[in-house]
Amino acid sequence: MAAFKETKLPANAPIAEKGLAWVDDRFPLTKLWNDQWGKYYAPKNFNFWYIFGSLAMLILVLQIVTGIFLTMHYKPDANLAFGSVEYIMREVPWGWLVRYMHSTGASAFFIVIYLHMTRALLYGSYKKPRELLWLFGFAIFLCLMAEAFFGYLLPWGQMSYWGAQVIVNLFGAIPFIGPDLSLWIRGDYVVSDATLNRFFAFHVIAIPLVLLGLVAAHLIALHEVGSNNPDGIEIKENLGADGHPVDGIPSHPYYSVHDIFGVSVFLVIFSTVVFFAPEMGGYFLEYNNFIPADSLKTPAHIAPTWYFTPFYSVLRATTADFMYVLMGAIALYVVFIWLKSRLSFMVKSAIAVVALLAIIGMLPAVLDAKFWGVVLFGASVMIMAALPWLDHSPVKSIRYRPDWHTYVLWVFGFVFVTLGYLGTQLPTALFTLISQVCTLLYFSFFLLMPWWSAMGTFKPVPKRVTFHPH
Amino acid sequence: MNFPKQLIAILALLPGLALASSGGHPLDKAPERSSVSSLQNGAKLFVNHCLNCHAAASMRYNRLKDLGLTEDQIKANLLFSQEKVGEMMTTALRPADAKAWFGVVPPDLSVIARAKAGPGGTGGDYLYTYLRTFYKDDTRPTGWNNLVVPNVAMPHIMWQQQGVRTVKMVEEKDPHDASKTVHKMAGWDQVTKGTQTQQQFDEDTADLVAYLEWMAEPAAATRKKLGVWVLFLMSTFALFAWLLSKSYWKEVK
Repeated sequence: MAAFKETKLPANAPIAEKGLAWVDDRFPLTKLWNDQWGKYYAPKNFNFWYIFGSLAMLILVLQIVTGIFLTMHYKPDANLAFGSVEYIMREVPWGWLVRYMHSTGASAFFIVIYLHMTRALLYGSYKKPRELLWLFGFAIFLCLMAEAFFGYLLPWGQMSYWGAQVIVNLFGAIPFIGPDLSLWIRGDYVVSDATLNRFFAFHVIAIPLVLLGLVAAHLIALHEVGSNNPDGIEIKENLGADGHPVDGIPSHPYYSVHDIFGVSVFLVIFSTVVFFAPEMGGYFLEYNNFIPADSLKTPAHIAPTWYFTPFYSVLRATTADFMYVLMGAIALYVVFIWLKSRLSFMVKSAIAVVALLAIIGMLPAVLDAKFWGVVLFGASVMIMAALPWLDHSPVKSIRYRPDWHTYVLWVFGFVFVTLGYLGTQLPTALFTLISQVCTLLYFSFFLLMPWWSAMGTFKPVPKRVTFHPH
Repeated sequence: MNFPKQLIAILALLPGLALASSGGHPLDKAPERSSVSSLQNGAKLFVNHCLNCHAAASMRYNRLKDLGLTEDQIKANLLFSQEKVGEMMTTALRPADAKAWFGVVPPDLSVIARAKAGPGGTGGDYLYTYLRTFYKDDTRPTGWNNLVVPNVAMPHIMWQQQGVRTVKMVEEKDPHDASKTVHKMAGWDQVTKGTQTQQQFDEDTADLVAYLEWMAEPAAATRKKLGVWVLFLMSTFALFAWLLSKSYWKEVK
């Protein structure tokens, strides 16, 4: 550590410059700004898909600010919660606007994050050296799901109540500790005032704190390894005379102005929903949630909010009959791994043992389908974390992968949306069958990725990014 | 109530709920009502007929000023006992009495028009159809039944206006199961004449439903009016942001 040295500026230097120098001597403000944004060199070929990170930041801020104001008027009490939301909607000046911004923001957050993740999938942004960046992002996604789940109980409507009841009961499917675990989570035998209070605590302080820490880690990791781009080229490998990447441009002002434009377009769409369709046809605010929570009246149709429904469909697809299909699929997969993978004998054996235990566990007399439904539900989310190690493609971007990889991504996207749609609907025999097929396809996409992602003829990756001046 | 009992209660309620939620009667489209006089008429009907049993506990009487009424008009026409104009629309019916008389506590109506929306129609459509499809049914404790909510606990409040009607039912083969038959509504029988014609009654009901829709979100009109300006502002901002971005990116080769 060098000794402290005060920066000497001429006496007639502007006061702002003097002030900044004073701060910079004590805190790396200018350095931080330059490292993280001002002189952060980003590839110049970013396209439409690269706006969603900034938008997610904007929505995070929006949710925190509107959330603070909602907290000033909301009452986390089973007898008062529902009424206090209506109080916000009617009596608090601009309360309706703040509440709609918050409720629309929740859905917007997921739309933006799903698109952000799609971008990573398209351009292989999770691949080396960005594995940790992906994992931090994935953890943010988990936090977001927790945040949305806890927050959804707070309006204390029927759907809040029974949605929470269903999800907390899922923990009850875990052998031995399940029932006690769900009791511990609820703090009562049913979702009640105790549950509401603790969910409030998680929603307004615990999860947001973790979320903010993870966002900081995500950004630091990003600016450390540098951004990927639609061509999947490492721009840092081609430096100019000035020591900066020849295909890079400083984020400020170029991406500042780009993002401001992106934000303005987002705000037009966001305002359209907030001001003209805040319920979004029952998807953003469910109709049933305008009925106060009643522990004695189970709604005929309990559906989680749309952003959870793809995973919820996986849960519902796991019926007792489906277990035999799963057992067969697991057995096939193990055989496939033994024949086709380059994993060591030890790893292969370990996989075989785990698979055997799972198959035994899936027998009707051992663990019931509900338990495995919960396992698949969890796995359908968690498997995304493994993407950096599942993708064995020699190139990052979809642009230079075989054309048919695009179709694989399209099918995966279609499967994901179909699962999402089915999760909002009442289950019928046909819908259950479709969701079972989609569940198999969903997991196949990930579990067979080590093979399909390396198959086909890859195109040569250019040395420089594709950029058309505009 | 301990947990097993509560569970049993939930299970016991399930069949009834399935019935309650599957009236299956197609919903009529609630007529469009935007004039202040319609909403005022709806407010009058609401306070006179609904508020005796139902509350609208999120709604203040003086919010009716949004419908063009003055506080004095509200006091003179819509407050019947010692309520203050700044008070909430509560009801004198005690929950315990309601439970004893009707079997259920009448739901609060503050946001009922939002709660009843669904795939079959808007909350307004639901209420408009529900309020017009009561019929006399001597098997029910109140003597009334309803097509939208079969075996509803609520009696026909506006029966004097609409008159007493019975419904003609025919048994038809269940399209999904040939061994069963289903009730199908085949028409109305007017038993006694009401004080209003069916058309007048429909008009009044439309006003009442419009009021219920307004009450479910009194800020809705402000929201839409403001929204136009916000969109205008945001679009202008987007235009300038685009020009700004373009001028900077010109220099990127």
